[in-house]
Amino acid sequence: MAETTELIQHIELYVDTSRSPTEQAASLNSIISLVKSDFLTIEVLVKEMRMYLTTTDNVIRARGILLLAEVLTGLASKPLENATIHSLIGFFTDRLADWRALRGALVGCLALLRRKVNAGMVSASDAKLVAQSYIESLQVQSLGQHDRKLCFELLECLLERHPNEIASLGETFFYGICQAMDGEKDPHCLMLTFPIVETLVRIYPDPSGSLASFCGDLFELLGSYFPIHFTHLKDEDAEVKRDDLSKALMSAFSSTPLFEPFVIPLLLEKLSSSLPLAKVDSLKYLNHCTAKYGADRMAKHAGAIWISLKDAISNSLEKPAMSFTSEPLYGLGFQENEIATEALMLLQKVTLQNEALFLSLIIQDEGINIVFNSIASHEHYNNIPLQGKQWLHAVGRILYIISKTSMASCNSVFESFFPRLMNTLEISVTNSSGDCTLNENSFPSKKFNFGALYLCVELIAACRDLIMRSKDLAPKPDTPQETCRYMLQSFADSLVNAFSSSLATNANEVAHGADIYFKVKGLQILATFPGDFLPISKFLFANILTILMSIILVDFNKIVLWKLVLKALVHIGSFVDMYHESEKALGYMGAVVDKTVSLVSRDDFNMPFSLKLEAVSEIGASGRNHMLKIVQGMEEAIVAKLSDYVHGNLKSAEKTIQLLECYCNKILSWINETGGLEEVLLRFVINIWSCVESCQDFSIQVQEEELLDATMMAMKLAVGSCSEESQNIIIHKAYSVISSSISIPFKESLDATSSIQLEELRVSEQIDKSSCRDDQIDKFSLRDEWILSLFASVIIAVRPKAQIVNVKGILHLFMTTVLKGSVPAAQASGSVINKLGTKSNETANSNECTLEEAVDMIFSTKLWNLNENGVVRTCGSGNGSKVGLTDLCLGFSSNKLLQVHAIVGLAWIGKGLLLLGHEKVKDVTKILLECVLSEGRIRAMELKQGLLENSYEQHSVMRSAADAFHIIMSDSEVCLNRKFHAIARPLYKQRFFSTVMPILQSWIIKSDSSVCRSMLFRASAHLISNAPLIVILSEAKKLMPVLLDGLSLLSEDILDKDKLYSLLLVLSGILTDKNGQVAVIENAHILVNCLTRLIDYPHMMLVRETALQCLLATSELPYARIFPMRIQVLQAICKALDDPKRAVRQEAVRCRRAWLVL
Amino acid sequence: MVSGLINANPVVYEKKERRVRSVPSAAADEYAVEPIDQQEIFDHIRDIKDPEHPYSLEELKVITEDAIDIDDSRGSVRVTFTPTVEHCSMATVIGLCLRVKLLRSLPSRYKVDIRVAPGSHATEAAVNKQLNDKERVAAALENPGLVDMVDECLSPSYE
Repeated sequence: MAETTELIQHIELYVDTSRSPTEQAASLNSIISLVKSDFLTIEVLVKEMRMYLTTTDNVIRARGILLLAEVLTGLASKPLENATIHSLIGFFTDRLADWRALRGALVGCLALLRRKVNAGMVSASDAKLVAQSYIESLQVQSLGQHDRKLCFELLECLLERHPNEIASLGETFFYGICQAMDGEKDPHCLMLTFPIVETLVRIYPDPSGSLASFCGDLFELLGSYFPIHFTHLKDEDAEVKRDDLSKALMSAFSSTPLFEPFVIPLLLEKLSSSLPLAKVDSLKYLNHCTAKYGADRMAKHAGAIWISLKDAISNSLEKPAMSFTSEPLYGLGFQENEIATEALMLLQKVTLQNEALFLSLIIQDEGINIVFNSIASHEHYNNIPLQGKQWLHAVGRILYIISKTSMASCNSVFESFFPRLMNTLEISVTNSSGDCTLNENSFPSKKFNFGALYLCVELIAACRDLIMRSKDLAPKPDTPQETCRYMLQSFADSLVNAFSSSLATNANEVAHGADIYFKVKGLQILATFPGDFLPISKFLFANILTILMSIILVDFNKIVLWKLVLKALVHIGSFVDMYHESEKALGYMGAVVDKTVSLVSRDDFNMPFSLKLEAVSEIGASGRNHMLKIVQGMEEAIVAKLSDYVHGNLKSAEKTIQLLECYCNKILSWINETGGLEEVLLRFVINIWSCVESCQDFSIQVQEEELLDATMMAMKLAVGSCSEESQNIIIHKAYSVISSSISIPFKESLDATSSIQLEELRVSEQIDKSSCRDDQIDKFSLRDEWILSLFASVIIAVRPKAQIVNVKGILHLFMTTVLKGSVPAAQASGSVINKLGTKSNETANSNECTLEEAVDMIFSTKLWNLNENGVVRTCGSGNGSKVGLTDLCLGFSSNKLLQVHAIVGLAWIGKGLLLLGHEKVKDVTKILLECVLSEGRIRAMELKQGLLENSYEQHSVMRSAADAFHIIMSDSEVCLNRKFHAIARPLYKQRFFSTVMPILQSWIIKSDSSVCRSMLFRASAHLISNAPLIVILSEAKKLMPVLLDGLSLLSEDILDKDKLYSLLLVLSGILTDKNGQVAVIENAHILVNCLTRLIDYPHMMLVRETALQCLLATSELPYARIFPMRIQVLQAICKALDDPKRAVRQEAVRCRRAWLVL
Repeated sequence: MVSGLINANPVVYEKKERRVRSVPSAAADEYAVEPIDQQEIFDHIRDIKDPEHPYSLEELKVITEDAIDIDDSRGSVRVTFTPTVEHCSMATVIGLCLRVKLLRSLPSRYKVDIRVAPGSHATEAAVNKQLNDKERVAAALENPGLVDMVDECLSPSYE
C-alpha cells in the first residue's frame, strides 16, 4: 500500500527530532491533507501509529502523541464519529498522567474540547473525566511556561464549554484550580488566569454556598498581584501590556460582590502607600468595584474611603499656578496629577451612589470645618501659606465635585456652607425687589476675604454647571423650592455688589491676580445663570455688564485685570448668544457690543488702539449677532478713516492700517470659519468702493504705501471669500467706478480692431501733452493709482467662474498701466489670463473674451505708438511705429525703464499662463531669455555709436529679466495662489524647471560675455531655489556648477541676500541627502572654495550659519577627496570662531571638530 | 602603582538645565555683536567627560559657570576647576582637556588660563605651573597616550 508507506515516512520524519521544524511542519500538513481527503481514516492512522504512541522511549512517545494531537488540531472542522472522539479523548485523558509526554496530551485534549457542534463534540461525561484527570495528575506550577499556558487554556476551555459538569465536581476541583494558579508569574499565563477566576465565580453563583467560603482563599491568591508592577521589561513580554493585565485583574476583583470584604480594605491600604502607581491603580479599582458591589456593601466603607480620598486629593497637589490668566483653571490652579484626578472621579461616583451618607460625612468632616474656620484669618491670596493654599484648593475642588453630582447634594452643601461664607464675606441678604442700583459706598474700604471668595465662587460655579448639565439633558424647569436656588436668589444682588465694588476699589491698589480672577469669575458665573433657574433682574445683569465695561474702558493699564474682564465678557456674550436669552441679549448688545463698537470710531480715549482692536475682535467672536454689529462698526470706522485720510489727514493712516489688519486677520478669518456672513463682506467691499468713488480730490501729497497695501489686502481677502454672485456685483460696482472716474484712457468698446482707434479720451490728450513735455509718463495721479490698485485687487481675488465685464478693455487698461510701473496691474492681468482658462470650452457669449483672444491681444496686437523720444502713447494719433508688449520687452523703445516695466508685466502674465499649463509660456520664456541675452546685441550697437553710458541701464533690464524667473517660479502671497482661486496645474514647477533649465545651461556654455553669463547664472539660481528639492536631487550632478556659480554671484550684492540664503538652503538639502552627496563629489573642490568664502558673508547671519553646516556635511564626503582641502577649511573656520554671532560660533566649533578629526 | 580608581565613588550632581537664549529678531540686529560670555565658555566645556567616570565635569561639579572669568575685549579666559579629591592625579589630565577644548573652540586672540581652585589640591602650585607652561602642554600633546586620553574625554556625547 503506497499510502501506508508514505504515511510511515511522514510519521518517521515528524518523530525524528533531528529534522528541521519546516520539514516536520510539511510532513504534518501532508498527513492532515491525507485525512482530510479521506485517503486515510483516523482509525487507520492511530493503528499505524500505535507503536509510536505506546513505546517506552520517552522522546518518541512524546513526539508521537504530539503528532496525533496536532493532526486533530488541523482537523477541527472535519466531522468525526462520536465513538472515535470518545476513544481519542479517553486516550488523551489517560496521557495527562504521563508527564514526559504531556505536551501532546494537552494539545490533544484542547483540540478535541474545542470542536464545534457540527463536527462532533466531546460528551459531557468525557469532559468531566478530563477535568478529574486534570486535577489528579497535573502539577501545573512545576511545568514550563508554554505547558502552563496550555494547561490554563485547557482549563478555560473546560470552564466555558462544560460549566455544569465542572460545578458538579465541587470543592476538590475548586481547590485544584487555586493550586494550579497559585504563584503564577508569567504575564501571558496571568492574562489567562484572571478571566478563569471570573468564570469560576460565575459558575458557582450560590452566594451562601461553597463559593462564599472559598472567596477568602481565592482572593488571597488574587490579592497578591495588586498592584500590577513589571519589575523588568523583556522584549518577549512586550505584547502583554501592563494596562491590559491591570484591567484583567480589575475585572477579576470586581467579578463578585463576595470579594468586597477582602478587596476594599486591600485597596484602601494600598491607597495609603507611597507608590504613586499603587495609588492610581487602587483609585481606578475602587471606582470600578464601587459600581459592581452595589451601594449597600460600599456603605460600610464610606468613612474609610472618604478619609483616604481626602488625603489623596490634598497630598497629591503640585506647585501652584503662576498666572491666573490662562484658561481653563481648576480650583486655585494647583496642578492636579493623575492621582488627584482619579480621586475626584471616584468621589463623584461614590457620592452619586450613597448620597446622604457621603454628604453627612463631608459636611461634618473636621478637616473641612477647620479650613472654613481658618479662612477668616487670611485676607489676601499672598498671605496664605502654601499648605493653606493646598487645603483650600482641595476643599474647593471637593465641594465643587460634590455639589455638581446632583441637585440634592448641591442643596445640602449650600445649606451647610453658603451662609457661613456669606458671613465671612460680611454679605447680608437683600430682598431682590429692593434697590438694585449700584452703591459704591456700601462696602467702604472693606477687605475682601480671599478664602471665602474662592469657596463661594466654586460653589456657585458647581451650581451653574449642574444646572447647565441638567438643562442639556432634559430641558424642563426645576422645582422652585430648591434651597440653593433660594439662597442664590436672596444673595445675588449683594454678591454682585460686593464683587464689583471690591473690583473697583481693588483697581486702585496692586492686587494679586488670584484675587481679581475670582471676583471676575464670580461676576461672570452670576451673569450666565440660565434665566429660568435664577431669574436675576435685568438691572442686576446690566449692572454686571456696566462694571465690566467700565474696567474695559478705564483700567486698560492693569493688563491682568483687563484681560480677565475681556474674557469674562466674551464668555457672557457666547452664553447669551447660545441660550437665546432674549432679554439678556438685548442688554448685552446695548451695554457691551455698542460700547465696544463706539471705541473704534472715537478717538477721544487714551486707550491704546491695539487694545481697542483686541476688545472689538474678541467680543465680536462671541456670537453671530455681536459680530454683525461689530463688523458694521468697523466698516464705518474704516470708511470714515479712509475718507479722512484722502482729505489730507495723514495721522489717521496708521490707525486705518491697524484697523484693516485687524479686519483681515481676526474678523475675516472668523467669518470664514463660521460661514454664512457673505453679505457682510459684500457690503464692506461696496462701501469701500463708494468711499473711493465719492472722494473726488485726493488732497494728500504724500503717499502711504503701507495703507494702500493694507487696503488692497483687505479688499482681496474680502472679495476672495465671497461667492460668485457677490463677486459679480462687486465687479460691476468696481467697473462702474473705474470707467467713470479714472483719468487714464480706457476703451469701452468690445471689438479689438475698432477700439484701437476709439480710445482717445479727453484726458489722454493732456497726458500725452504733459508726457511729451517732461517725460512724466510713468507717473499718474494718486487717485488713479488707488482706484486702479483696488480694481486690480478685485480682479486678482475673484473666482474663475465670476463674470468679468469687458475683459478686453480691462486687459488693455492693465497693459497700459503696467507700462507705467503698476505691479498690481501686472498681477491682475496674470490673474485674468489664469482664470480665463476654464472658460475656453464653455459657450462664450459674444462680449466675452476667450483665453486665446486675450493671449493674442497681449502677444500679437500692437497697442501703442512709439514716438521719437522713446515714449509710448496709446495708439491712434501721432505717428511713429506701432509696438506691442513683446516689442517693448525686447527693447524697441530706447526708454529702459519702460522696458523693465514691460518685463515685469510679462513675468506675471507668464506666471498666470504657467499655472494654467498654457503653451504660450514658451514664448514668454523665449522673450525673457532674449532680454537676458540682449547685451551682446546692444554691445555691438553701442560700439558703433559710441554710447557707453547706456550699459548700466541695459544691465538693469537684463537683471529684471533674470529676476522675472523668480516671479514666475516662486509662490506669491499676494496673488495667483489658492486663497485667490488661481487655477494651478499639479507639478507646474517641475515642468517649467525641466524645460527651461537645459536651455539656460546650454546658453551658459555658449555665452562669451561675462555680464551675460552672470545674468544667466542669476536666472538659474532663481529656478533652482524655487524648484522642489526632489527634482534638484535627481539632477544634482549637472546642476552643481551652476548652483555654485550662482552662489558666488549672489553673494556680491547685499540686496540679494535673501535669494542667496534660499539658494544655500537648496545646497544644504543636496548635501544632507545620500544621493546628493554622490553628485557633489566631483565638484568638492569648488564647493569648499565657495563655502569658505560664504563663511565671511557679512550681511546675513543665517548665510554664515548655513554655510558652516554645509561644510560640516561636506566633511562626510570620501576622505581622499576632501583631505587636501583640510588646511584651507580649518583656516577659514578659525575666523568664524570669532564671529560676532553666537550661533555661528557654535556651528564653527562643531564644524572645526569634524574637520580636525579627519 | 595605584591599582583602583583614585576616587572610587564620586558624588554626582544634577545637571543644570540648559538655558535657551532668547533669539533676537534677526532683521534689526543683523550687525549687532554678541560677545563671548561666561555661559558660552561653560557650554563648551560642560560636556567634557571625566577621565575616570562616565560622568561629565559638570555632573561632578569639577567646573561651574561661576568659576569662569572672561574678558572679551582683552581676550582672556580663566577657568578654575575643582578636582573631586585633593590627591587627584587626574587633575592635570582634566586641566589638559580643558585647555585643548578651549584651544579648539575659541578664536586665536584668546589667552587661556587654567587653574586648580585654591586649596582643593595637594600639589596645587605644581599642577598650575604644569598646566600653564606652553612647552610642557605642547610636549604632553606629542605623547600619543595622552592625546588618546584627551580625545576620548572630548568625544561628543551629547550632540
